[in-house]
Amino acid sequence: MKEWRYKLAECRGALIALAVFLLLFAIYGSNHPAGFTLNVVTTAANKGVLLALVAMAQTLVVITAGIDLSVGMIFVLTNCVASAIVVGSPWMTIFGVIGVLATGLLCGAINGAIVIFGRLQPIVATIATGAVYFGIALWLRPQPAGSDIFNSDLADAFTGKLAGVVPSSLVALLGVVLLIWIPFRRSAVGRDAYAVGSAELAAYMSGVSVRRAKFVAYTLAGLLSAIGGLFLAFITYSGEASAASGGNYTLFSIAAVVLGGVSLFGGVGSAIGAIFGALIFRTVGDLLFVFNLDPLYQPLFQGVVLFLAVCLGSVRLFQVRNRLDLFG
Amino acid sequence: MDAAAVPLLRLEAVSKRYGGVRALEKANLVVEAGQVHAILGENGAGKSTLIKIVAGVVEPDEGSMHLEGREARFARPADASAAGIACIFQELSLIPDLSVSDNIAIANPPQRFGVIDRRRQRQIAEEALARAGANDIHPLELVKDLPLSRRQIVEIAKSLARNPRILILDEATSALTAADVAKVFTVLKRLRSEGLALLYISHRMQEIAEIADQCTVFRNGRNVATYRAGSKSDQEVVEMMIGREYRHAFPPKLAAGNADKPPVIEVRNLSWLRRLRNISLSARAGEVVGLGGLDGQGQRELLLALFGVLSGVTGETLIDGKRVAIKSPRMAKSRRIGMALIPEDRKTEGLMLPMSVRDNLSFAGIDRLSRAGVIDRSAERAAVDDMIRLLAIRTDGTEIPVGSLSGGNQQKVVIAKWLALSPRILLLNDPTRGIDVGTKQELYQLLRKLADSGAAIIFYSTDYDELVGCCDKVLVLYDGAVKRVLTGEEITERALIASALNIETQQREAGLSPAIPT
Amino acid sequence: MARIPSALRRIDPAAATAFAFIFILLIVGSFYSRNFLSAEYLLQQLKVASFLGVIATGMFIVILLGQIDLSVPWVVATGGMMSAAATAYGHFGEALAIPFGLACGVALGFVNGFGVAYLRIPSMIITLATNAVAQGLMVVHTGGFSPQDSASSAMRFIATGETLFGLPNALIVWALVGGAAVFLLNRTTFGRYVYAIGNRERAAYLSGVDTRRVVMYAFAISGGLAAFGGILLAGYASKAAQAMGDPYLLPSIAAVVLGGTSILGGRGSYLGTVAGVILITLLQSILSVMQMPEAGRQIIYGVVIAVMLLLYGREKLQR
Repeated sequence: MKEWRYKLAECRGALIALAVFLLLFAIYGSNHPAGFTLNVVTTAANKGVLLALVAMAQTLVVITAGIDLSVGMIFVLTNCVASAIVVGSPWMTIFGVIGVLATGLLCGAINGAIVIFGRLQPIVATIATGAVYFGIALWLRPQPAGSDIFNSDLADAFTGKLAGVVPSSLVALLGVVLLIWIPFRRSAVGRDAYAVGSAELAAYMSGVSVRRAKFVAYTLAGLLSAIGGLFLAFITYSGEASAASGGNYTLFSIAAVVLGGVSLFGGVGSAIGAIFGALIFRTVGDLLFVFNLDPLYQPLFQGVVLFLAVCLGSVRLFQVRNRLDLFG
Repeated sequence: MDAAAVPLLRLEAVSKRYGGVRALEKANLVVEAGQVHAILGENGAGKSTLIKIVAGVVEPDEGSMHLEGREARFARPADASAAGIACIFQELSLIPDLSVSDNIAIANPPQRFGVIDRRRQRQIAEEALARAGANDIHPLELVKDLPLSRRQIVEIAKSLARNPRILILDEATSALTAADVAKVFTVLKRLRSEGLALLYISHRMQEIAEIADQCTVFRNGRNVATYRAGSKSDQEVVEMMIGREYRHAFPPKLAAGNADKPPVIEVRNLSWLRRLRNISLSARAGEVVGLGGLDGQGQRELLLALFGVLSGVTGETLIDGKRVAIKSPRMAKSRRIGMALIPEDRKTEGLMLPMSVRDNLSFAGIDRLSRAGVIDRSAERAAVDDMIRLLAIRTDGTEIPVGSLSGGNQQKVVIAKWLALSPRILLLNDPTRGIDVGTKQELYQLLRKLADSGAAIIFYSTDYDELVGCCDKVLVLYDGAVKRVLTGEEITERALIASALNIETQQREAGLSPAIPT
Repeated sequence: MARIPSALRRIDPAAATAFAFIFILLIVGSFYSRNFLSAEYLLQQLKVASFLGVIATGMFIVILLGQIDLSVPWVVATGGMMSAAATAYGHFGEALAIPFGLACGVALGFVNGFGVAYLRIPSMIITLATNAVAQGLMVVHTGGFSPQDSASSAMRFIATGETLFGLPNALIVWALVGGAAVFLLNRTTFGRYVYAIGNRERAAYLSGVDTRRVVMYAFAISGGLAAFGGILLAGYASKAAQAMGDPYLLPSIAAVVLGGTSILGGRGSYLGTVAGVILITLLQSILSVMQMPEAGRQIIYGVVIAVMLLLYGREKLQR
């Protein structure tokens, strides 16, 4: 049936990423010294979800043909904020969570405003804003620290197992996908974002609100990074303003996005693919541990795998018959 | 039609400037409902700017626009769209990575609970496609996977989906086959009888003759004449467009002495995917060979194949009788082969617009103006000055960005860039598209002079007059193959059109579907 | 309009603005401490700026092409560590230390260039991957510890010595590198091709330029210059260090962009990059002299970049 062909082509990138991830995770799980237990899966899930959330944030911006080099810093900033205000009684906690998410939204909105109204290129605008967000994080938490009245019950709920069977982090991730990504993708604004990334001028001439699409993309990216920062606080019970961590999450999110089939040129790809891309990235790192390879070799292994994956993505090249098509 | 009725659209004294260039100067226009109003004029006459103002893409500096008697001002395309004005631009407004269905309903899609109602959207798309006469296009197909002619039809469907009152077509049929154009005209005529006003911009006089009710000629940003279609001869119309007496001035053709020399370039059985099939041709020194046929039959691809841009090309190419394999433009331009290509789109393929006139002029031959990689500046300056003089390029010095030159002068820069290498084989891909008549004349003279001094020229043009006036031999292409060769006296406009159409009729009668042109 | 002398007319307004800002920074700093306008201080700043300057030169060429090089952090580290490592191999090794470090950087640059030019992988992602591989290699080489090899005397000489009129050698090195870059970009066919490709690769290709080779060589140069920066840094500190290149990635991009070079490619002057490098170095120095805590420094750093870009880095309105 022709219909299926089109629907399949639409999620090709994500499906490939899913397949690769399942394969890798199967290898990981079956070789893990502790066996393929729920605990092993939960720990892996917790780590993976962190990068998955930041990768989702990056996806939203990349779809509009932009790039957000501040996602890692928003992640760090909201982590620090969370460690300070997600505290105390249930009501205080709720306001704390809202506060963290609002911080992310605000950071994303600022990014969007500078890119749209300042008409700056996203790459340089977000380098600048990233520095500012990191500075604020460092001011909040000059040293890694947590609050005594941090709501650890809430934290454990999210990092443990739901009904003793499924890692809660995965359920939470699913919730984010269902409540944020899917509505965005299916809405007019979401489609506008794809249109803007694919052909901005044509989108403008077609009456698409380019500004609204970009603004929503950057703002939601901030929100997703904030959810990530909140989650990190749930895992570590603390906030740490680490430049290395922020930088890594930013760069890894770009890698995850590409591994998940999202095009850096815009207009193509889905956050679900990016999630699997993130999980692939994480699993590759863990595979070394499982195979008892010298941890010294981990960065090299991760680097080589990333490199090969990226090269493989260009195999499509060899089908090009009109070389002018290479130049876009 | 009631003479006292308020016209559907009226523009009054509209002006627009871009920097120092006056695109529109107190232009007027009156458009009535239920009519097809054609707009003619050379490129630069203001047609595109006029259309952009009506469609809300740009705002006028002066003047006013009235829709059904009420003043209207559009700050963005969405406003014009909401007022019932739909425009099909030359540069398509389709989003390549989205499906046909998504594209048709891109602005104001049907929604349910905050998300797009895909089922309803698909219905709308299918209706619009049917209305545009396009039943072979699947709504879920991605636009980037469609060839250009199908995209133009989707563009038309997209405009129809908005149920406009005024439909503007800006060169909207340039890549369509005759059959497609006929289908589109049927649609347009039906829309006209339904009371739409249509603004039709085209260079193709035959199309205008067939479809238009009223015509307006623009020149230098002003409306110089409005008349009922058919009430003026083609000659009169062209003279109104260029503002002076128009003479078919083509220089005389091939000097008899060259006729028995061996060919400089010979191609045997050249094929590429399914788009070029077994093409054989040859060109001698001093000969101008034209590529004719309907638009999109492989003429452009043939030129690219010769120049080494396409990969997977089979067949033989011989230069001076020796076999060569041209794998890249770099090889093609080497002294041994001596080929040059004037590409299709000067703005994206021929020039680096922000770079200076000098940089662009010297670019193709810069390695010949250098020693060990270091540029000899005085040699460069001399070569650049030579070229400007030779081609009479009108420019305010050599350091200004080439993007600030007029279209005709830009094209001259592209040609001069290659002439600096004294090519023996010159390929031209529709070189006079969008060029004013004066510059066209200069280019024809130049081509003949180059041929006379020994170059072989292969020349694709969408203008029959040019093929008739410049070429010694014309190859009529259809579906990627050479179907007919016309030489010398045989080359007439009638013969060109007839062979192009005959071929299409023969193919259709034989049950073969026409190629999907790009 | 008044007749502006042609020499001045050719100065990029962006570079001019950057220099104006440098001037303002010096004035502001001088309110804080008289030392700011002293020759020693200025020379010291220029010396420190030289390291960033050499790295930013490579980034400048790549950005002119319309690409980006995110492998700077670990190519810098590779240059520093490999040259220091070579030093441990006796006289022969010591003599070849600098060329060896450079060769490593150039090799990594070629890998980047090949990926971008021949495999058409977006530069952002291939350079990220190369960075990860380089990091992996260096971690294995050093065993995860701080590298113990010390820099060769040649390395220390070019980074810390002073010869000509008391000018720091590092500054002279930067001047030479910069001079070569300006010559390359303005006076050679390679440079012409770089600008053309950054403007419109399609047109350059159709004009018969082997654009792939030019792109690959440009990345090779960038890799070499990043490694050279690492060699200088190692010479300055007498040894290499883990993650020594990390603080240079974002500043090198910022320096190029603050100098008026368009991140999209095809437009920019080296003078602007020089201004950008000095500006960033001065800014970081002033903030540290003011004993501003790191948090405040980051914020000010980000705000300054944003403000300057808003002044002259904006894209044109499309209507």
